[in-house]
Amino acid sequence: MTISEPKSLEEILGTIEGQDKLFLVGCSDCATVVQVGGEDQLKEMAAKLAEHGKTVTGMLVAEPGCHLLGLRKEFRAHRQEIDAADAMLIMSCGTGAQTAAQATDKPVHAATNTLFLGCVERFGQFREYCSACGNCTLEQTGYICSVTRCSKGLQNGPCGGTTAEGKCEINPETDCGWLLIYNKLKEQGNLDALKSYAAPKEALVHPGQRTLSREGKEE
Amino acid sequence: MSLRPVLQSGKFVVTSEVGPPKGTNLEHVIEESKLLGPMVDGINVTDIQAAAMRLGSMATCHLIKDIGCEPVLQMVCRDRNRLALQSDLLSAWVLGIENVLCLTGDHPTLGDHKGAKPVYDLDSVHLLKVAKGLNEGHDMMGNELEGKPDFCLGAVVTPGGNPLDMQIMKLEKKVEAGAEFIQTQAVYDVNLFADFMDKVSHIQVPILAGIVLLKSAGMARYMNNNVAGVTVPDELIKRMAAAGEADKAAKAEGKKGGNQVAVSVEIAAELINGFKPLCRGIHLMPLGWGHHVPKVLKAAGL
Repeated sequence: MTISEPKSLEEILGTIEGQDKLFLVGCSDCATVVQVGGEDQLKEMAAKLAEHGKTVTGMLVAEPGCHLLGLRKEFRAHRQEIDAADAMLIMSCGTGAQTAAQATDKPVHAATNTLFLGCVERFGQFREYCSACGNCTLEQTGYICSVTRCSKGLQNGPCGGTTAEGKCEINPETDCGWLLIYNKLKEQGNLDALKSYAAPKEALVHPGQRTLSREGKEE
Repeated sequence: MSLRPVLQSGKFVVTSEVGPPKGTNLEHVIEESKLLGPMVDGINVTDIQAAAMRLGSMATCHLIKDIGCEPVLQMVCRDRNRLALQSDLLSAWVLGIENVLCLTGDHPTLGDHKGAKPVYDLDSVHLLKVAKGLNEGHDMMGNELEGKPDFCLGAVVTPGGNPLDMQIMKLEKKVEAGAEFIQTQAVYDVNLFADFMDKVSHIQVPILAGIVLLKSAGMARYMNNNVAGVTVPDELIKRMAAAGEADKAAKAEGKKGGNQVAVSVEIAAELINGFKPLCRGIHLMPLGWGHHVPKVLKAAGL
């Protein structure tokens, strides 16, 4: 799941200065779960914008906002409302904002900052698990990612920064990823997995903008 | 002469540390190095320590080599990718630097440029292996070098790390990767260190016990609260606190204090004597108190 947080209203108002009529775009997937771009947040945004003298010409919770062909189709269904707007405010994620920019000729503005790929641990609580490094080594680390859960992304064990409480020295709220890995492997009787040398990862598995073509699997 | 022959000689090895300044004024570092150079076997030069931007380790190592010191270049993985790390190692060698201590490096969020991008393209185990490869005449991709270094490579460990097993597993990898000596994080408890040395008795390379000079009770408490894996026992804090009180009283009477320095030196000497039968040397980290190191060595009979 893509985890985003809202930009401040002040920043948003700055980006839409001079554009008084807006079409709001949310997303039915991640942005709805993360509560930045679901139906409720779109309505709240419309009310706030109205307080600042803006008019919302319409709104759409895209299903989802990162599907280029689908979004074009949804935009066509809302053509009149979009035509009436000066710009679109995209309340999903960075991919959603750019997908929307591809799907319309109207100016678009992002209303969120996208943070990470995460897991929904419980309602409203999200945690980063995967860094999409393209070199998965979870098999060696007890299914706790050393790239993501270690603050330094170390591959061969911890640095000296594990606190007495088992946290990372950079943040008392953050668990030491390597301690989690160590404890998990110990529990599984597999500490030997830590003894083997882990070679440096390749930074770019697919150099340039990351793309994937699954031949025969596309629409 | 690199540290290697000294480490192989079997003598009790003493290394110390200087930190480059934030700026270009090297007066203090040069002065400290001139004083310590003849008394110690090597002087570590920290690499943007605590992630607080400052003058580089390589230039400083080169300059203290010129005045007869044996520098140990500290190299962290935080700021450079694999291209820059290897290139800087080659550069260090042609500048006459023969010892490298390979470290992970404090995270940028602990320093004064909190928004800096943390690199960590390689980790400390990788860096040791890569540096050893350069010694063997090839880069990490196996490309042959035209002229090669012959670094004496070092690594670090935290004897007070918890769990210790996890620290030792990494230490084993570091030795396997090419570390020829180990300098430890600061230790203030001889029993803890003895227990650590017992658990690493299978490690064949020389281990130098780390000592950070205590400057005050406040500093000791600060380390207890903020430096992972370092614990200053209450008894030492009490001694430093009493010395601090004595200094305060002396100052109030317009007299010269010096009690904290005296107790700090005494504590360091006691630790050295406690560590001496257990390991192959000590690594002093005076943190700006380099001018007190001669007193420590004298008090410890070194």
